[in-house]
Amino acid sequence: MIELVAKPPCEGLLPVTIGTVTLSEPDMAPLTLIAPMKGKEVALAKAMQTAHKLEWPEAGATSGANGAALVWFGRAQALLVGVAASTKLNAHAAVADQSDAWARVVLEGEDAREVLARLTPLDMRDRAFPVGATARSEVFHMQASITRMGADSWQIIGFRSMAATLVHDLTRAMESMAARSQR
Amino acid sequence: MRIDGNGLINRAKPVSFQFDGTTYQGFEGDTLASALLANGVKLVARSFKYHRPRGILTAGSEEPNALVTVGHGGSQDPNVRATTQEIYDGMDARSQNRWPSLAHDVLAVNDLGAPFLGAGFYYKTFMWPKAFWEKLYEPIIRRAAGLGAISGEPITDKYERAYAHCDVLVVGSGPAGLMAALTAGEAGADVIIAEEDSLLGGRLLSEAGEIDGMPARDWANEVAIRLNAMSNVRVMARTSVTGAYDGGTYGALERVGHHCEMRDGLPKECFWRITAKRTVLAAGALERPVAFQNNDRPGIMMASAVRAYVNRWSVAPGKSVAVFGNNDSAHDTAADLLAAGVHVCALIDSRPDATTTLDVPFYAGAQVSGSEGRKELEAISISRASGTDKVQTDCLAMSGGWNPTLHLACHMSGRPDWDESIAAFVPKPGMVPGLIAAGACNGVFSTAACLGEGAGAAVVALEAIGLQADMPKMPVAEDRDYSISPLWAVAGKGRAWLDFQNDVTVKDVKQAAVENFRSVEHMKRYTTQGMATDQGKNYNVQALAVLADATGRGIPETGTTTYRPPFTPVAIAAMAAGAEDKGFAPERFTTSHRLAVKAGAPMIEAGLWYRPSYFPVKGETHWRQSCDREVGYVRNAVGIADVSTLGKIDIKGPDAAAFLDFLYTNMFSSLKVGRVRYGLMLREDGHVMDDGTTARMADDHFVMTTTTAAAGQVMQHMELVSQGMRRGMDVRFTSVTEHWAQFAVAGPKARELLNGLLDAPIDGESWPFMACGDMSIGGVNGRLFRISFSGEHAYEVAVPARYGESLFAELRSRAEALGGGLYGMEALNVLRIEKGFITHAEIDGRATAFDIGMQGMMSKKKDFYGKGAAARPGLLEDDREQLVGLKPTGVVKQLTAGAHLYRDGAEPVRVNDQGYLTSVAFSPTLGTYLGLGFLRGGRARHGETVKMVDHLRGIETTCEVCHPVFLDPNGEKARD
Amino acid sequence: MRIVCPLCGERDSREFSYKGAALALAYPSEEAGFEAWDDYLHNRDNPAGPTRELWYHGSGCTSWLVVTRNTTTHEILSVELAEDAPESRQEASA
Repeated sequence: MIELVAKPPCEGLLPVTIGTVTLSEPDMAPLTLIAPMKGKEVALAKAMQTAHKLEWPEAGATSGANGAALVWFGRAQALLVGVAASTKLNAHAAVADQSDAWARVVLEGEDAREVLARLTPLDMRDRAFPVGATARSEVFHMQASITRMGADSWQIIGFRSMAATLVHDLTRAMESMAARSQR
Repeated sequence: MRIDGNGLINRAKPVSFQFDGTTYQGFEGDTLASALLANGVKLVARSFKYHRPRGILTAGSEEPNALVTVGHGGSQDPNVRATTQEIYDGMDARSQNRWPSLAHDVLAVNDLGAPFLGAGFYYKTFMWPKAFWEKLYEPIIRRAAGLGAISGEPITDKYERAYAHCDVLVVGSGPAGLMAALTAGEAGADVIIAEEDSLLGGRLLSEAGEIDGMPARDWANEVAIRLNAMSNVRVMARTSVTGAYDGGTYGALERVGHHCEMRDGLPKECFWRITAKRTVLAAGALERPVAFQNNDRPGIMMASAVRAYVNRWSVAPGKSVAVFGNNDSAHDTAADLLAAGVHVCALIDSRPDATTTLDVPFYAGAQVSGSEGRKELEAISISRASGTDKVQTDCLAMSGGWNPTLHLACHMSGRPDWDESIAAFVPKPGMVPGLIAAGACNGVFSTAACLGEGAGAAVVALEAIGLQADMPKMPVAEDRDYSISPLWAVAGKGRAWLDFQNDVTVKDVKQAAVENFRSVEHMKRYTTQGMATDQGKNYNVQALAVLADATGRGIPETGTTTYRPPFTPVAIAAMAAGAEDKGFAPERFTTSHRLAVKAGAPMIEAGLWYRPSYFPVKGETHWRQSCDREVGYVRNAVGIADVSTLGKIDIKGPDAAAFLDFLYTNMFSSLKVGRVRYGLMLREDGHVMDDGTTARMADDHFVMTTTTAAAGQVMQHMELVSQGMRRGMDVRFTSVTEHWAQFAVAGPKARELLNGLLDAPIDGESWPFMACGDMSIGGVNGRLFRISFSGEHAYEVAVPARYGESLFAELRSRAEALGGGLYGMEALNVLRIEKGFITHAEIDGRATAFDIGMQGMMSKKKDFYGKGAAARPGLLEDDREQLVGLKPTGVVKQLTAGAHLYRDGAEPVRVNDQGYLTSVAFSPTLGTYLGLGFLRGGRARHGETVKMVDHLRGIETTCEVCHPVFLDPNGEKARD
Repeated sequence: MRIVCPLCGERDSREFSYKGAALALAYPSEEAGFEAWDDYLHNRDNPAGPTRELWYHGSGCTSWLVVTRNTTTHEILSVELAEDAPESRQEASA
């Protein structure tokens, strides 16, 4: 029997540290897009609570428990990160495995927010974007999901096929910020 | 020359720089302008049109004259204002628009020809012959009249773009701006204060007054320190707010690296997009010159600039300075000069009732009517009713009054009001929603009033965004009235300059009026008044005052020209920062990209994707050899191609089938689970949007395939239908394009290959043509579709993308072992043309289902998107251009895509046009060129000979019209 | 320009794309006739003042929005989800 070898989206590109900021790729984790069917929002939220101890997130919010996270991912959908989705959800939602669809990176460090401010039009001030907040927006020319994981820690999810560009654009902004910070 | 005094320069840090090849010394804190004046350099530029000697006029970003080029090659910046450029060690600046040198400029002869070079000269003179304009006149004029030049080399500097958000944006940091920022900052608002200069303080840095009992600039420094210490305040120095846009959005240019030798990675400039809930415009005011004969000589400067050079930089711009004005502020300049120990040879005030307590020769009710000197000022003429005096002087400080810097307030088409009391335009409230003007830019000039307006504007802004705010305790400051008597142009002969940068004189504006260019917008374009890099900031108001006078109207009736962004020039490099090279657009790579490149495949762009054209092997010297070989793989053995770029959309829900029935022209609710069907999608206008196959994985689960090009468009369309026209349907869908790596395994040996790979083998019964389902390879779950884009027995096999590269390598080696191998886009294209399969070359937005022969797929049993529109008259006519196949029959055996079709024997001109070719390929299988194209009434013309003419490439041949499927018309091979 | 997406909040206009008048939501039935189709496809008012238009939040939540915008001032008067817009409801009655 043949054995297929798995490769993460940013293989060979990360981690990189420039100035105060590090860009890295966490281990590949299950990613499942969950979209409630019409009128099943409440039932899904309950099933999600039972199966994964996770709150269904409001627009722009995330919830987390036991190493899993539920990230609001756009109109009527959320991305379950870190744990395989329970089949019990299927009764209430369209469930699609997207574990291989996305390049997921983490940008951390003192200047991380300023690095992102070079690429996304999002308002990322503390009041507008506290820890735990998430948004679908742009990272330079591409669509992305941006989540604030900590004061100086941001998860960015972009298309897997564009991983090299995502790393390129972020790295360029990191270089720029590092040069500014040295002044 | 440098004088004693406590200017804001660091005398302990000398800085060495070059101007036009000569090395000079300045100090840290100097601008190029202050350093040149300190070194006695007065001639710094040649004017745009007449090549007149020019000196430094101002001390700010409004400077029209002192433009220089800094740096070399890929780092060269033309048109840098010497008045804002801070010097640094090793800086190399050069003057512009002169040859061979600034002192001896050959084209200064233009000045002698001035009587002939007035307004409209070009339009009147270079009229014919017409072709001469582009080829001869314009290049010569461009060379003679001009500003600095770019090097033409690729940029080596870095530029940057960034976003910022705040509650209150404060534009400018004079007394009004500082108070606004302080008030808003202390109330807890997120504040951005943007200042063009390197230091906060605005005019307080250049004036001698006091605030709260301390020198005004010390007070400014204290406030700056407090602002910098607030975590909710972002101080952005060296940042010009360049434009006001909808919704509280502002553009701003930060000069990050201009003032230092470039360091690795440091951007030269950053273009900011700032959003603000409220904005306090505290941009100050700009002093305007007075037009009099030869008012453009080096040494004639703005009075406020002279004051700034003396106070801020401890530089005396002359040994014996004359001061001329029509308002009170000119007197302050004279006072400051005296206090600094500079000789003042005359104070001239055009107001007859003016008085002074200064110990200087004073001329009330007098005007400067002329100047002498060539490369620098030597003397001025002072005219009074009693006669004209000549006074020797090497520097004239002039003040025609102040124009509020209201530009940003006018960027959204608002028109300002004329305020007679200050003889200037002032902003009206609400011209830019959310923007409040305060201080000098609002027509209020005393320091105390500016402080008060700044704080007041902040309070209004804070209340508007729901923050508690009280008026702070106001610092004590000067609160004098401002008095002015308008003086635009001193009467007299000779040329009196209005626009220094574009060389427009009072005479030019009057000439424009005589020739009936009475509208201010027409006058501007006829004379080029205010059209240069400075946009006439100093002197547009004078020009329209002269126009008003010449046309017998008042200034308010004459009106202003339109203020447009940017306030100061913005380099394209800054606006496009990051979009060069790999930043231009995202690159999308399939999982097999690395191996394809390694195999030597030239990659071509397909949208954002990169796909292999062909995979050359040793000995092949032409792409056709590779392509023909790869076609042979598929027709005779087995070929492998990465088809992951096609859009894949996962559709689920009880109404999934009904949703697809509405999206596609044909029926999908009747599709069996485990089967795939080809579908056609129309736009709302009844023309074809896209095509592709859709697989039914379960009753309520479909996987749709779109073309690579239309994947995004189809997804957007589906969202519109499900949120709009069919919002009642219970269906959810998401793109899974990126999740799956999908490969075509095509050819007679496809099943043999797969059965060596799949965990559970397949046969014709379990996987007939158009079957689909789950499968696994090495324990990895994936999907298998028996579909074909080549007409051969073929499959598409999909695994999660992480395994893509590994599976691709495996498929390749197994295909090669079976006498096949990889095939690229070229072969893929040949294979589909041989089979008459369409792509977006055929469904190019103008084709209907009827045109491509798929009218049978438009279901009569149901409504579908575009159905009503597709039934409109004219879309189903027999003489429409219909899809046909074409084979060359003439002496020339080549077909070309884009060539047009004509009846055999007809003249190949537009009126005889019968259609065109959309796709062509050389078919190694059939040994001939094949073409797909559209021909009028083509379906009824199979067998006819038509003429193909490619006017662009000069190719002409005849072809036979035939059915568009050239190979295996009954599709037996795919079903085999 | 800033658009307040009902789901995402205030966002930069670069996240959105424009698709003409919101009238596009009032999709005629297949039997509506040529004139109704012609009108739907081709005829649009060009008001100086408030106009209702379709925007797609493609770089955000993928909602289709109906934005009421004043064409003379660019002021955005309201933003609603297309699925809640009256134009969408016309389809049901058609």
